[in-house]
Amino acid sequence: MTDSTISAIMPKPITGPLIWLRANLFANPFNILMTVLVVWFLAMSLPALLDWVLLDAVFQANNVRECRAAGSGACWAFIGEKHRLILFGLYPYDEQWRPMLVVLLLIAMVGVSCLRRFWTKWLAPMWVATLMIVGVLMWGGVLGLTYVENARWGGLPLTMILAFVAIAVAFPLGVLLALGRRSNLPAIRAICTIYIELVRGVPAVSLLFMASVMLPLLLPEGMSIDKLLRAQIALIVYASAYLAEVVRGGLQSLSKGQYEAADALGLTYWQKQRLIILPQALRITIPPLVNTLITVFKDTSLVVIIGLYDLMNAAKASFVDPAWRGSSIEAYVFVSLIYFAFCFFMSKYSQSIEKRLAKSQNR
Amino acid sequence: MKYRYLAAILGAACGTLAALPALAGPTLDAVKARGEIVCGVNTGVAGFSAPDSRGEWKGIDVDICRATAAALFGDAKKVKYVGLTAAQRFTALQSGEVDVLSRNTTGTLTRDTSLGLNFIAPNFYDGQGFIVAKKLGVKSAKDLGGATVCVQQGTTTELNMADYGRANKIAFKPVVIEKVEETVATFFSGRCDAYTADASALASVRSTAASNPDDYVILPEIISKEPLGPMVRHGDDQWFDLVKWSFMAMLEAEEYGITTANVDEMLKSNDPNVKRILGVTEGMGKALGTSEKWAYNIVKQVGNYGESFDRNVGANSPLKLDRGLNALWTKGGLMYGWPIR
Repeated sequence: MTDSTISAIMPKPITGPLIWLRANLFANPFNILMTVLVVWFLAMSLPALLDWVLLDAVFQANNVRECRAAGSGACWAFIGEKHRLILFGLYPYDEQWRPMLVVLLLIAMVGVSCLRRFWTKWLAPMWVATLMIVGVLMWGGVLGLTYVENARWGGLPLTMILAFVAIAVAFPLGVLLALGRRSNLPAIRAICTIYIELVRGVPAVSLLFMASVMLPLLLPEGMSIDKLLRAQIALIVYASAYLAEVVRGGLQSLSKGQYEAADALGLTYWQKQRLIILPQALRITIPPLVNTLITVFKDTSLVVIIGLYDLMNAAKASFVDPAWRGSSIEAYVFVSLIYFAFCFFMSKYSQSIEKRLAKSQNR
Repeated sequence: MKYRYLAAILGAACGTLAALPALAGPTLDAVKARGEIVCGVNTGVAGFSAPDSRGEWKGIDVDICRATAAALFGDAKKVKYVGLTAAQRFTALQSGEVDVLSRNTTGTLTRDTSLGLNFIAPNFYDGQGFIVAKKLGVKSAKDLGGATVCVQQGTTTELNMADYGRANKIAFKPVVIEKVEETVATFFSGRCDAYTADASALASVRSTAASNPDDYVILPEIISKEPLGPMVRHGDDQWFDLVKWSFMAMLEAEEYGITTANVDEMLKSNDPNVKRILGVTEGMGKALGTSEKWAYNIVKQVGNYGESFDRNVGANSPLKLDRGLNALWTKGGLMYGWPIR
């Protein structure tokens, strides 16, 4: 038989838009019902949303009264007026190029760190250098930059710094806690278990409250730990306990054979963990790990309750202005887009890592 | 035996804890050494203390701190602001994290005594009132018998209204709503005949949330007392004096017609009161431990009380509050500056 006769006998591949529609949207009665409902819902909501976001929105106005008179949609003029307060909080207005640079620098470094070709021994020193530059830019006081105390930091750079430092410190701490909880040494096991259970047993809000309200009363007069540092420590404590439990899940899922094989090779405890156990445990736990990291990023907004002007609190401060009262929806939409961008990136990146690691697994 | 030691240690620890505020070193010395005042303010209440679009703090509570800095350092900018939530505010003052708390806080007996704080003087007299639509033709809260009243859940506002109704035999029909925004929206949608909250809040709601502010009227009855003002902690009377007289100077300046615009001309005034306030006749600054220009600097950089009020919450602000109780005593209000002499 020739090739042409084979292709004549073979059934034609079933493709085309109509067939796709039938397979995916109208496969069975329940599917048809869902499709109709979803289309109906979109038809009802999308035009109104589009009107609000774009067609009836107002982009130029001096106050909320002008805004509402000019159109029934969103008052984006409010964001135009307040975006610097929302993005940079109480940072001195004329110096706000500095936090702007910090945000760009941190985003660029995250981008670089995500690319595999930069995974060299230079990555860690580069991060140290970046953080030093971030410190210089934010605090100033050298190189002709005016000094800005960290009580005035705010907005997006504060959120990013709180989240990045919390994740960076809490991750190794969490791994150690997880190992400690599975340790054979009873004292270490008890300490790690108590720490994890205590921290996990209370809401993050109460940790922040303890750090900001109780701690100053317990310290001797005149000695005060910086408010930002207190919040940062509370976030680290909180994140490390959760990360520890995630990592412990990974450790427990490994078969006993892995541990025994490592022991049989004569590896020390730390060699065993570093070379055999952790690489496998961490790979398994990527989805819950990223889940926790996203939670930590969003939980930085809880510092609202101790009066730090992170992205969320700065947004709240922006619509207190009586000239713009009632613009809270615009402010919340604006900051939620920023939060979404960061969290969506984290989620997408973790999926790509999973895929890559799965490839090596299936080899 | 063991337990007795333990008890002694615990007792000592508690004692130290309770004594901490009292042990506070002289605040004034610390402020002078630092070169700036640390001022605890609300994280955001329009007109009282809130950051503007440029991130600068504005409001009548903020002006108290600016005035004190102008008196002490000759520069109203030498203030570091700490935004505080309601839960944090007293601890922050007790622990020395802030030097003065100027955060629309009501002065009460327990706060003044057992919390270890000193209330300086009210810089804003607030109180609960009612707002109604003008077309109802209601002139007094006493006419509200049988009226539906929107009120926020779980606040003293709700209790005050119940007390007032019982005392005056008025049968309100409360419509209790959980969130303040929803309460306001419900009232302006016409679901309730009246809405009750602090009078300053009512005025700001009228100017910002009503489609036409002239359609609504705030009734004259004020049914609760909320004297709001700055506080310092026990233990440094000189610091207390300085904050108190910085505020008094703003009141006296208004009474004698000294404003930011005319303060330089007023230096030539023949009125002995004006001369003493502005330091032309010396002695007041020495008594306070500041420069003789202390009150001049306050008026020049911050303005008198009336200017601060108009700029932040009054006629020149979007809130457009009436002076009401906050007018000078000479104009039927309660603001009564003590003589500077």
